[in-house]
Amino acid sequence: MGDLKLMKGNEAVAEAAIRAGVDGYFGYPITPQSEVLEHLMANKPYETTGMVVLQAESEVAAINMVYGGASCGRMVMTSSSSPGISLKQEGISYLAGSELPALIVNVVRGGPGLGDIQPSQGDYFQATKGGGHGDYRMYVLAPSSVQEMYDFVKIAFDKAFKYRNPSMILSDGAIGQMMEKVEISEQTPRRTPEEIEKQCPWATVGKPTNRQRNIITSLYLDPYVQEKHVLKIKAKYERMQKEDVLYEKIKCDDAEYILVAYGSSARIAQKTVDIARKQGIKLGLFRPITLFPFPSKELFEVSKHLKGALAVELSTGQMVEDVKLAVECKIPVYHFGRYGGVIHTPVEIFNEFKSKFLGGI
Amino acid sequence: MDINEIIKPENLVYKKTKLFTEKPLSYCPGCGHGTTHRLILEVIEEMGIVSDTIGIAPVGCAVLAYEFMDIDMQQAAHGRAPALATAVKRLMPNKFVFTYQGDGDLAAIGTAETIHACNRGENITMIFINNGIYGMTGGQMAPTTLPGMKTSTSPFGRDVRIMGNPLKITELLANLPGTYYVTRQAVHTPNAVRKAKKAIRNAFEYQKLNKGVSFVEVVSNCNSGWKMTPNDANKWMEENMFPFYPLGDIKVPQLEKA
Ligand SMILES: Cc1ncc(C[n+]2csc(CCOP(=O)(O)OP(=O)(O)O)c2C)c(N)n1
Ligand code: SF4
Repeated sequence: MGDLKLMKGNEAVAEAAIRAGVDGYFGYPITPQSEVLEHLMANKPYETTGMVVLQAESEVAAINMVYGGASCGRMVMTSSSSPGISLKQEGISYLAGSELPALIVNVVRGGPGLGDIQPSQGDYFQATKGGGHGDYRMYVLAPSSVQEMYDFVKIAFDKAFKYRNPSMILSDGAIGQMMEKVEISEQTPRRTPEEIEKQCPWATVGKPTNRQRNIITSLYLDPYVQEKHVLKIKAKYERMQKEDVLYEKIKCDDAEYILVAYGSSARIAQKTVDIARKQGIKLGLFRPITLFPFPSKELFEVSKHLKGALAVELSTGQMVEDVKLAVECKIPVYHFGRYGGVIHTPVEIFNEFKSKFLGGI
Repeated sequence: MDINEIIKPENLVYKKTKLFTEKPLSYCPGCGHGTTHRLILEVIEEMGIVSDTIGIAPVGCAVLAYEFMDIDMQQAAHGRAPALATAVKRLMPNKFVFTYQGDGDLAAIGTAETIHACNRGENITMIFINNGIYGMTGGQMAPTTLPGMKTSTSPFGRDVRIMGNPLKITELLANLPGTYYVTRQAVHTPNAVRKAKKAIRNAFEYQKLNKGVSFVEVVSNCNSGWKMTPNDANKWMEENMFPFYPLGDIKVPQLEKA
């Protein structure tokens, strides 16, 4: 077992990045995620692993630094919170279009606009349906603990390189700010330039005499060529759906009803399940861990023996659309949200569940 | 006389650098983009640094620069080339990294990235094609469009009271501590080409010193956007652009001055 450390979710992301042998981090301060950059600067990985850490002049610059680094086959990442993630969208679209691996962490806060700095899940659509312009998706992981904030950094990079596509960790102000114990992994050494060139023969690292030049671009002026390119990208998303869906089922096997929730909402919903079970009500929790690819098939299987599902999320109803699509109208699906940085209580969720499915409180 | 009698090494006065691909240039005949490409490639070839060079193409007429340059290249979002170059150079400090950008790219949408890369003193070369107009999108007003100059979005001439003043970004950048070498050149005559090539060579050489940004502005024509013949465009450039954007070195390394 690795060392145990008490840390904030944001710090866990930073620590995981260092330990995973990440080559570069480029960010811009915004609450509630600034501890990522702060932790990196305080720990000076540029003196130990050689990781580049740079505070950029804006989120736009940061994501484009990520694009430049990713184009060299490097493991590079950025993190921000909602308004900053909006600014990164053009860059993320370019990453997907140019088929570049990278990690973007969004520690979501209340919105729209400047909103507030409390936890929210209002960026679900932006994260899972593309977000920027054009036809693309990211591989989106939703941690619900500080340990998962740590662990998902490695998974996100693995998938980013597997698919040559950007990954996102979609967290929120609660997971980013809260402190929990985290098991720290061993230091993975950064890849050598030779290893990078072997793993990423497409990387722009300077053209040696024994290969064609490498070009990183998302420009295909001929629509028929562009269509082929989009089909190639689409095939990756289909493969993700087959090979890399992650989810958790809690007390779903004998359940008559389930809550569907991710991230911090899933933690609260789990308490609701405990309350219901104590009262003899067969309630379970289905927690999508990958939000894209959404565990649709798996949720459909679970729903076969259910009477209904309640989607619990910190938004006006975003994930609920994917839940409805997954169960194909076979069971009633309702939505229960809190908004703008306010979070549910377990009892509140229980009361909502009862009023929707058990005929009143 | 048979043509093969003429094609002999001793008769060779000019050849295409082998770093140009076989792809025909997409630039309008007489445009400075093509000439500037050639100079960059000649410098890379002469310095023998192909395997150590990464170029960043802009959004603008030169968006397809990677089609013509037989080197590893990245295509950046509009204005963001200096951000890409920053990361590339920091992740691979021993490589030569250059951006190639137009005035809309470098001095309008990408102003923040330009100024901050220059102010941080990134060890990169920035080649800046200033043609006073947005060539690629069909001749709209640029940040560098001269007062009174007609473009498709200043059809009666740039009225600075309404449209603001042209930006002398190169002078501004020369004031930043992170720029090491800042010069303004042109490529419309053989003499100007020789000087511009020397400046580009200097810019790449200075990357070895790790002293900051080496910045080469090329005041160039856009005969299509200006709606002139190439010759008239060059004449107009000499008469109107050069007085406002005077050619020559703006910041030279202290050592060289002494
Ligand atoms: C975000 C974004 N905004 C606008 C455009 C459209 N656009 C393409 S090229 C260009 C201007 C290019 O002008 P300049 O940088 O001066 O280069 P030139 O074509 O003159 O060489 C614009 C506005 C774009 N591609 N992306
Ligand atoms: S439009 Fe202007 S800048 Fe573009 S290739 Fe033609 S002359 Fe050159």
